[in-house]
Amino acid sequence: MKLSDIIVRDAIVTQLASNERDKVIAEMLDALVAAGATPAEFRDHIYQSILHRETRGSTAWGKGIAVPHFKHKSMQGLSLAIGLSGHGVEFNALDRQPVYSVFLLISPEDKPEEHLQAMEAICTNLSKETFRRFLRQAHTPDDVLTLLDEADNQLIR
Amino acid sequence: MSARRTGTIRIVNRLGLHARPAMAMADLANTFASAVRLRNGEQVVDAKSIMEILMLAAVKGTELQLECEGPDAEGCYDALARLVANGFDED
Repeated sequence: MKLSDIIVRDAIVTQLASNERDKVIAEMLDALVAAGATPAEFRDHIYQSILHRETRGSTAWGKGIAVPHFKHKSMQGLSLAIGLSGHGVEFNALDRQPVYSVFLLISPEDKPEEHLQAMEAICTNLSKETFRRFLRQAHTPDDVLTLLDEADNQLIR
Repeated sequence: MSARRTGTIRIVNRLGLHARPAMAMADLANTFASAVRLRNGEQVVDAKSIMEILMLAAVKGTELQLECEGPDAEGCYDALARLVANGFDED
């Protein structure tokens, strides 16, 4: 699966306002809702569910990244938001370090294969030091889109 | 003394090897001294890394090779194989 196919352009937040996990998730989810990628009527339910999911096991798996996610029945396709923080977010990371890149994925409930393929694409790239560094250097949504396009075309090693 | 134990495991839970199972698997693997790898054809990942496990995108029905190597390879293999066979207690 290509990251370019699931990224919601208007939900690329290159300068997250908050440095707290819950507020960052709200900021990114609201961007998805404003872009029409996630139904506004389920916004609060999805928000609480993502937070609940985080308390059961942090998705900040180390190396300055976090991948909060949730499956909801109202979703037709997958929607990805990306949030970047220059100062770092307190995300209860497994390595106790701040998080600089957040990938928020909302998936349909009934397409587990697509969800797994999206997580594969996200993890394959986030596990690359080069990708993480370029992401932290991105200043605009277009910078991020260009990087995702390069990643989709296997240009990032 | 170092031992090695390998075998085939099958993903049986409906949602496949998604984040929560991957986290459970890495957590359990990290309680053992043995090196733990998962193989799917040419692809080999470190089962102590959540992100690497997720790179398998293993849907329900996928068969993987589980390889444990180290002083506690037997116990490590048995514990992980049981976790997977139980569908990570999901469904």
